[in-house]
Amino acid sequence: MGRNAMTAMLEMRNVSKSFAGVQALRDVNFSVEAGQIHALVGENGAGKSTLMKVLSGVYPAGSYEGTIVFEGEERRFRDINDSEALGIIIIHQELALIPLMSIAENIFLSHPPSKFGVIDRDEVYRRTRELLAQVGLKESPDTLITDLGVGKQQLVEIAKALSKRVRMLILDEPTASLNEADSAALLERLMKFRDQGIGSILISHKLNEVARVADHITVLRDGRTVDGIDCRAEPIQEDRIIRSMVNRDLAHRFPERSAKIGEPVLQVSNWSVYHPIHPERQVIKNVNFGVKRGEVVGIAGLMGAGRTEFAMSLFGRSWGTNISGRIALEGHEIVLPSVAAAIDAGLAYVTEDRKQLGLILADDVRKNITLASLDQVAPGRVIDDIAELKVASDYRNRMRIRCSDVYQETGQLSGGNQQKVVLSKWLMTDPKVLILDEPTRGIDVGAKYEIYCIINELAEAGRGVVVISSEMPELLGICDRICVMNDGAFVGEFPGAEATQESIMRAIMRNERSNGNGAAKAAEMGGSQL
Amino acid sequence: MTDKTVSLPEERRHGSFIKNNLRNYGMLMSLIAIMLFFQVMTSGTLLQPLNLTNLVLQNSYIVIMALGMLLVIVTGHIDLSVGSVAGFVGAVAALLMVTYKVDYTLAFLICLAVGAAIGAAQGYWVAYFKIPSFIVTLAGMLVFKGLALAVLQGQSLGPFPSTFQKLSSGFIPEVLPEAGTLHPTSMLIGAVLALGLVYASAKSRAREVSHGIEVEPYAFFLGKSVVLACAVLYFTYLIATYRGLPNVLVIMSVLIALYGFVTRRTVIGRQIYAVGGNAKAAGLSGIKTERLTFFTFVNMGVLAALAGLVFAARLNTATPKAGLGFELDVIAACFIGGASAYGGVGRVGGAVVGAMIMGVMNNGMSILGIGIDYQQVIKGLVLLGAVCIDVYNQRR
Repeated sequence: MGRNAMTAMLEMRNVSKSFAGVQALRDVNFSVEAGQIHALVGENGAGKSTLMKVLSGVYPAGSYEGTIVFEGEERRFRDINDSEALGIIIIHQELALIPLMSIAENIFLSHPPSKFGVIDRDEVYRRTRELLAQVGLKESPDTLITDLGVGKQQLVEIAKALSKRVRMLILDEPTASLNEADSAALLERLMKFRDQGIGSILISHKLNEVARVADHITVLRDGRTVDGIDCRAEPIQEDRIIRSMVNRDLAHRFPERSAKIGEPVLQVSNWSVYHPIHPERQVIKNVNFGVKRGEVVGIAGLMGAGRTEFAMSLFGRSWGTNISGRIALEGHEIVLPSVAAAIDAGLAYVTEDRKQLGLILADDVRKNITLASLDQVAPGRVIDDIAELKVASDYRNRMRIRCSDVYQETGQLSGGNQQKVVLSKWLMTDPKVLILDEPTRGIDVGAKYEIYCIINELAEAGRGVVVISSEMPELLGICDRICVMNDGAFVGEFPGAEATQESIMRAIMRNERSNGNGAAKAAEMGGSQL
Repeated sequence: MTDKTVSLPEERRHGSFIKNNLRNYGMLMSLIAIMLFFQVMTSGTLLQPLNLTNLVLQNSYIVIMALGMLLVIVTGHIDLSVGSVAGFVGAVAALLMVTYKVDYTLAFLICLAVGAAIGAAQGYWVAYFKIPSFIVTLAGMLVFKGLALAVLQGQSLGPFPSTFQKLSSGFIPEVLPEAGTLHPTSMLIGAVLALGLVYASAKSRAREVSHGIEVEPYAFFLGKSVVLACAVLYFTYLIATYRGLPNVLVIMSVLIALYGFVTRRTVIGRQIYAVGGNAKAAGLSGIKTERLTFFTFVNMGVLAALAGLVFAARLNTATPKAGLGFELDVIAACFIGGASAYGGVGRVGGAVVGAMIMGVMNNGMSILGIGIDYQQVIKGLVLLGAVCIDVYNQRR
């Protein structure tokens, strides 16, 4: 199908929306053409989600100012059903699938094809197979959602969208929890939809993806449109996008770092861990690993390489069974049978998933910060609330946590500020070694920079820092040394200055091949980011 | 940044202060409204000294169990067995004191230990075997209802030694000279309590001010203190004109103060809320989540046992039907008081107010001669309404 660049399929004109005096959107103009992938980027809180909620009718007509014109007519959506009826389908970041139902049941959850109120199973299966073929998912319609990986679940969600009449697909951070191969597959799919004349709006923090697929990029900042880039007419400059997003020139996306590396602080030897549910499976295979004072060590690897499992098993055996090996902290051998013991010994682990594992979202900033070190503010097991308040306010200032006060619920904070709360909690335990698992996941560019600065400060204060990250540029930017993990073992190690994305990937691929299971995975990876 | 909060414009401070406190004191206001309503409808019978004393005696065991239930609910669990456990412990008490003539102090302690053991048994399955508490305690409810019947062989057993009866029907001894119908010792305790409360809150406010922490505006503080002191004084005055402070009221007040303190100010209290708020995050912060969950059930068992003893002493006999349906009132009290069914949220004060709302409604409707049938309907609707209001408030 040809693209008609002249007609805008969707036009949002002068849209403004405010919540209780806070202006979330100001005079936003936004238009998408048929057969266009339109990327919407901006820091967290820039108004992307609000704009999409206005578009999809979550905020009904009348609750905002401005007009929405879709396929040539002004539309006033009362709720999400109105927008869906016209083919505007939104896929949220948190997938809305029912885990213990099959793919087919999920796809036809709301309007299953039926005769006299009885679901026509043959028809359901036939159409599910068609839809799965369209999204390129080779699974039986009977497969339960819970048996699928996140990447495939995302595809099911898209198939579900396609089961309705789709004119415009809105994807909110679709690749946030996908590995590179799955992300690549998803983006391929998006480009196919473009060729079929479906308009797409892609919200993403990953600029490399945006650069790969977008036809047009709109940058939002503080509820305004601040930049629009026609990617067909001009080359994409990541720096320009970042500058528009944060209004600050990021000549250096990573802070300067002058390492003063001292003696070893953590030394792990012969570490071996088995899977808690399949105890015959060895997940971590006799690994040796060390960190020195003042050193930032990165652990690179693909999803499922065993990095999180390694970190959690170190941290008071919070993952795995039949754990063996030795841990020495500052030269003394120690045993860490519980999380409490690990914390006491001077270990801290910042989890990969801050909402599920890191924070108590319903509790305020203060309670979250002191949670792991209540003893410091509770002489005789009774909490001194003034001492606690002071400590919490102190961390709030030091870490520049943006919140109304330390009594604000952490659930209301942005991702970056939530992460700073988690970091404060662990700093308060005064650890000798911090393990940060995906510390900047889902955090906007500005806050990422602040997190990197904090990591630097921690190292400069003589702590050992371990960073697990799937974003290779990040590891290259902040680490003194990068260890590459694959299939439960370390397969390469590079000084930070010498490592490149290519050398890291080569180490992984070499190992995959020698394990004999590499061919397929290597081919998969070949098509992705590298 | 602290100085920034202190220098907020006066208007906004007052505005947000009223808003926050409306939420906190919403249920208390409802309680007062309900009391006023019944006071008017019963032409003053509700707050007559005799009736007020009865109100306290009738609801003491619900309040006592609500304290334990609150902790269980805060950790994200539920205990359906408390009514049966209370009944069973009452039966054990009767067996010990009436049949075997065991000394009442020893029997009392044995009964509390039995409660702790029951709580430990149930808590073990919930905390360490991760069996849903709903199922474990549903089983417990059946088991202990059956055991109570077995212990009593289907008969009522009584009467208890008179000293034991004093637990529920006794009043604190009068040490001061009588002054007409007024019991001066009780009045004195009330006055000391009122002054003590005002003094403590003034001291804590002064401490906060001296550390530059934002506090409630002075007018509010003064108003609140005066209202609080007057309420305590008026309440003790009413009670003191009948027979003085009931023993069980003293026990209850001490427990309320203790649990209020534990939940708000101690490490263990904070950790219980953390487990209920996000068990995984709490575990990864070094909190022993299983042990705490286990502890809340042991605690619940002890309080259920105490409630069973109070109830048995009040009836002066142990019956197989004792404790029937208590769990519903206790759970309702916690939820009316603002506890969240998802865990992590709930206050001791709320649970107590919730229990009092249920109690005043029971009492008021009985005085008005409303049948037990419609009493149930109305109580059910109040529970639903209270939780709806709470959910609505939290969405805002």
